[in-house]
Amino acid sequence: MAKVKLSEFAMARSGDKGDGSNVGVFVTNTADYELIKRELTVARVQAHFKDICFGAITRYEAPNMLALNFLLRDSLGGGGSESLKTDAQGKAHGLGLLEIEVER
Amino acid sequence: MRDKIHIGYGQGFWGDSILGPVRLVNEGPIDYLALDYLAEVTMSIMQKLKSRNPDAGYATDFVRMLDRTLDQIADRGVKVIANAGGVNPEACLNAVLELAKKKGIKGLKVGIVAGDDILARVPDLVAAGHLMKNMDDGRPLSDVQDRLLSANAYIGAFSVAECLAAGAQIVICGRVTDPALVGGPMAYEFGWQPTDYDKLAASTVAGHIGECGAQCTGGNYTRWRDVEDFVRIGYPVIEGTPDGTFTVTKHAGTGGLLTRDTVISQLLYEMGDPNNYLGPDCAADFTSAKIEEVGTDRVQVSGVKGSAPTDTYKVSLSYQNGYKATGQLTIAGPDAIEKAKLCADIVWGRLAFDGCEFAEGEKMVEFVGAGVTHQGILESSDPPEVVLRMGVKCADKAKVNRFGSELVPLVTSGPPGVTGFAGGRPKATDIVGYWPALLDKDQVQTRVRVEES
Repeated sequence: MAKVKLSEFAMARSGDKGDGSNVGVFVTNTADYELIKRELTVARVQAHFKDICFGAITRYEAPNMLALNFLLRDSLGGGGSESLKTDAQGKAHGLGLLEIEVER
Repeated sequence: MRDKIHIGYGQGFWGDSILGPVRLVNEGPIDYLALDYLAEVTMSIMQKLKSRNPDAGYATDFVRMLDRTLDQIADRGVKVIANAGGVNPEACLNAVLELAKKKGIKGLKVGIVAGDDILARVPDLVAAGHLMKNMDDGRPLSDVQDRLLSANAYIGAFSVAECLAAGAQIVICGRVTDPALVGGPMAYEFGWQPTDYDKLAASTVAGHIGECGAQCTGGNYTRWRDVEDFVRIGYPVIEGTPDGTFTVTKHAGTGGLLTRDTVISQLLYEMGDPNNYLGPDCAADFTSAKIEEVGTDRVQVSGVKGSAPTDTYKVSLSYQNGYKATGQLTIAGPDAIEKAKLCADIVWGRLAFDGCEFAEGEKMVEFVGAGVTHQGILESSDPPEVVLRMGVKCADKAKVNRFGSELVPLVTSGPPGVTGFAGGRPKATDIVGYWPALLDKDQVQTRVRVEES
């Protein structure tokens, strides 16, 4: 067991959903899937994105893809064309999630 | 009935590269070319263009693309499905017929699917009790009804199929769903019925994989170093079969990467609840899909389950919601962040000095290069330079423009090392508010029309 970033073994993609974003993260074997299901709790992800996401987070599981999907509400500084932020579509949120460190 | 059709998905959004569709037509076999030209904000821009010119309001990029490909498309009988009609499919139809005439192509059948644009009908619909409350927060439409810019229902696959059945080789739609650009040809070719929910769900998954073009063939992929030849990245070709099973592939010799992982990456893009992906034709369960590599550059998807759709269409409305402006300067180090913070304070201070104050929620300051895309996650405390990016938004256009005039003066009246002011003063632009709602399906009637060049 060593502390590693998710980016070492997981992949992710993110995009906008209204005034929030979705972050899908997936792995390539069932052991890692059990690990991310255990480690990536809503509370952990909420704490990780504390300076980006100001609303509730919902987690969904897609076992066929060995994936978790997180919906982050109020994470874009406004929806549609309202946001003034550089990353108004949350394109970077997936890469941000992969910075989380876990014991593996 | 054909046992297989090949659908190339060549355009992921308004502004995507013209090389996608041009190369799909030229570099390998396809039966259909599916093209998405719309985004939520696009419709409002198109309504504005149409209000100034009755022949405008569609994706002119589509006609430019056909200018480069129509001869081959006509020769080889490739069918084209595009939501390039925007808010004016008739004008787009005329432009395509005009182009065919110019090229001397006779007998080309071009069709439109109309009826999704409900902007003019909104007052009557609301009066008749169709309230179209905001799906996200429940607000009544009356909050923004006098500021509406566009209103469109998301149309499904069967309207596209109807236009194909009427003989169209080129189908121009307004606001159909992205997956319907793929589901339409499948429903038409394989004789699917509206109750074939599993098959329609499979086409929804196929459409979702294809709808962002190269984003399923190595674009925006986490392990980008594994992707070969980004320059000639291949666009997806969906190989559909009558039972709904399909294979995602790309033309031989193209660049990019197509694996189970690149396909899953795209399946997760803009995903909500993967168990219940709602569309006009069905509710698709993305967790039921079996995704497997069946060869080089071949990923097969099977077993997708679907269920009945709801009685409502999703409607996308947009409205004028004030003004905004953003601008940027580069602040060279040493002490780049410290100086950038000072610069921002100077701008707000000078504006306030001149009686122009913005509320906290109307102002934005970013130090690009110090960690704005990964706030609180990855940050740099002393980069050699940062880009100071500032913005405001509010209902008063003059105030927004006043902000825009106070950024560039920092070059001579701020700390040293302020540069990179190309682009001049930022100007106020419209903020387009987005209003998602639901509308009973019986209130929307689509119609198709086919003309021949």
